[in-house]
Amino acid sequence: MPARPPALIRSRRQLLGGVSGGIAGHLGVRAAIIRVVFVLLSFAGGLGLVLYGAFWILLPEEPDGPERRRFVQWAKYAVAAAAAGAELILLARSLPAGSLFPPLILGLLGAALIWRQSGEVERARWWRMSRTSLEARGAERAGRLRLLGGAALVVVGAVLVLVRADISAIRDGSIAVLVALAGIALITGPWWMRTVSSLSDERRERIRAQERAEIAAHLHDSVLQTLALIQRNARSPREVARLARGQERELRGLLYGEPTAHGLLAERLRAAAADVDDAYGVTVDVVVVGDIDLDDRLLALVAAAREAMVNAAKHAGVDAVSVYAEVEAGAVTVFVKDRGVGFDPIGVCDDRQGLRGSIVARVERHGGTASIKSAPGEGAEVQLRMPR
Amino acid sequence: MNVRVVLVDDHSMFRAGVRAELGDPVDVVGEAATVAEAIAVIRATAPDVVLLDVHLPDGGGLAVLAAVAAERADTRFLALSVSDAAEDVIEVIRAGARGYVTKTISAAELTNAVRRVAEGDVVFSPRLAGFVLDAFRDSPSVPSIDPELDQLTPRELEVLRLLARGYAYKEIASELFISIKTVETHASNVLRKLQLSNRHQLTRWANERRLT
Repeated sequence: MPARPPALIRSRRQLLGGVSGGIAGHLGVRAAIIRVVFVLLSFAGGLGLVLYGAFWILLPEEPDGPERRRFVQWAKYAVAAAAAGAELILLARSLPAGSLFPPLILGLLGAALIWRQSGEVERARWWRMSRTSLEARGAERAGRLRLLGGAALVVVGAVLVLVRADISAIRDGSIAVLVALAGIALITGPWWMRTVSSLSDERRERIRAQERAEIAAHLHDSVLQTLALIQRNARSPREVARLARGQERELRGLLYGEPTAHGLLAERLRAAAADVDDAYGVTVDVVVVGDIDLDDRLLALVAAAREAMVNAAKHAGVDAVSVYAEVEAGAVTVFVKDRGVGFDPIGVCDDRQGLRGSIVARVERHGGTASIKSAPGEGAEVQLRMPR
Repeated sequence: MNVRVVLVDDHSMFRAGVRAELGDPVDVVGEAATVAEAIAVIRATAPDVVLLDVHLPDGGGLAVLAAVAAERADTRFLALSVSDAAEDVIEVIRAGARGYVTKTISAAELTNAVRRVAEGDVVFSPRLAGFVLDAFRDSPSVPSIDPELDQLTPRELEVLRLLARGYAYKEIASELFISIKTVETHASNVLRKLQLSNRHQLTRWANERRLT
C-alpha cells in the first residue's frame, strides 16, 4: 500500500506564503523547483503571480508549526499587495479589454477575502451545500432540468455578449447580463436558500438561548427572592400568604401570558388589583370577559375601579374582594363587590370623599355611569359602566 | 352522614393543607399524587367527592376523569387548580367535573363547595363563570345543529354574570326574584350545555386561546 502523499497545505517554513513549500511537499520535489516555475510563469502575462495568489488564498495553512515572525507577516502582505498592483497594471495594459480587469480582479479579491475570513467549518458547510445542490439534486429530474435551464441561460447570455460585443448596444448588453444572472441564480438558488435557512436556524437557536437566560434571571429575581422573604416571615401567616399570592400572580402572568400587551383592560385591572392586594393584604379576585384596548375614558374607568377596590379593602373588613369586568357590545362594565360590613350609600356620600369624587364623579366626567349598592351588614357593590 | 372525599394533587404539602382545612362534615378517605394512584384509590374507596387537581403529571385531571368517571356514577368530581388556563378548566368540566374552584379559596368556602357537589349541585367559582361566559360569548358563526344546547338563555346569562360578580346562590335568588332552587337549576343547565354542546365555537375558542 503506497504511503499517501502529504496533504496539499501551505508550509510554515515559508519565504512568502508557504505555497511553493506546500506544493513541493505534496509532489515530493524540491521547493526551489516550484519557486522557479512560479517565477518563469510570471513572465507569461503574470500567470505565475495569479496562480501563486490563488494558491495562497485557497490552500489551508499547516495546522501546527513554528510561530511566524512579525516581520515576515508584514513583508508578506507588502509583497502581496505590490504583486497584485503590478499584475493589475500589467493586465490593464496588455490585454484588449484590459480596462475590464481591475474591477474583475477587485471582485475576485473581495470573494477571496470572504473565503479567508470564514472558518474551516463554515467552508466545509458551504462546500457540502454546493455539492448537494449541484450533484445530489442533479440526480432528480427536476434538479437536472433546473441545472440544464440554468446552464442554457448562462450560455445564451455569454453568446449574446460575444456576438453583440458592441459597446453602443448597452441595452442588449444589460439584457444579456440579466439573462446570465438569471441562469446563475437558477443554479445556485437552492444553495442560497439553504444558507439563508441555516442562518435563520442559528438565529432561532440564539433567541431560544436568550429566552432561557431571561426565564432563569426572572426566576432568580422573583421566585427565589420571594422564597427568601417567606422564610424570614415564617411567623406571620398573613404576610406569607400575601407574598405567596403576589408571587403566584406574577408567575402565572409569566407562564400563561396573562398580562401581555400594554394598555389592555384585563391587564390594567389585574395590575390595579395586584396593587391593592399588596398594599392592604386583601385577596382581589379579578374575572374579565372579553378585552379591549384602553383609551382615556376606559383608563378613567379602571382608575375608578381601583378606587372602589381600595375602598372595599380599607372599610369593608373582609379579606376578599371580587372584581368582574365585561366588554359588551355597547359598553364596558366593571363590578367591585365585597361581603363586608356595608354602609348606607346616601348617608356616607358626603364624608367619604373617595366614593363621591374618585369613583362616581370620575366616571361621570367621562360620560359613564356609576352606582353603589349597599346596606349596613350586607356588603357593597360598586357598579361602573362606560360606553365604548 | 359525612361526605367521603379523595384528594388528588401532586403536592403533598397542598394535600396536607386541604386535609387540615376541610371542616366537619367532610372525611378525607384517600389521597393520590398521580393519575394511576388516583384511579386505584377512587376504585378502592368509592368516595362521594373527588377533589381533583387540573394539573397532574402524566395526563392531569382529564386522564383521571376519562378512566373512572363512567364507572363511578355516584362519585362527583370537583376541579381544583392554581392555573388560570381557561381551556384546561373547560376541558375538565366537559370531561365530567361538576365544578371548579381555585386553590386560593378559603377553608370554609371549600368545605361548603364539597358539600354542595356531594348533594348534586354544581359549583361555579366566579372564575369558572367568567370562562363559560367567554366561551359562549360570540353567537355561532355556523348554523348550530342543536340550538338548545349551543346557546345560553338570557336568564342563564344573567345568572352566570352574577356568579362571575361573586354573588352566592342566595344573593342571586333575591337579586332576580327567583328561588334558590331555580338558581341551582340554571347553573346545572349551564354545566350540562357546557358538557354536551358540540358547539363549533367551543373548539374554536379553545384553539384560539391556545394559540395566543
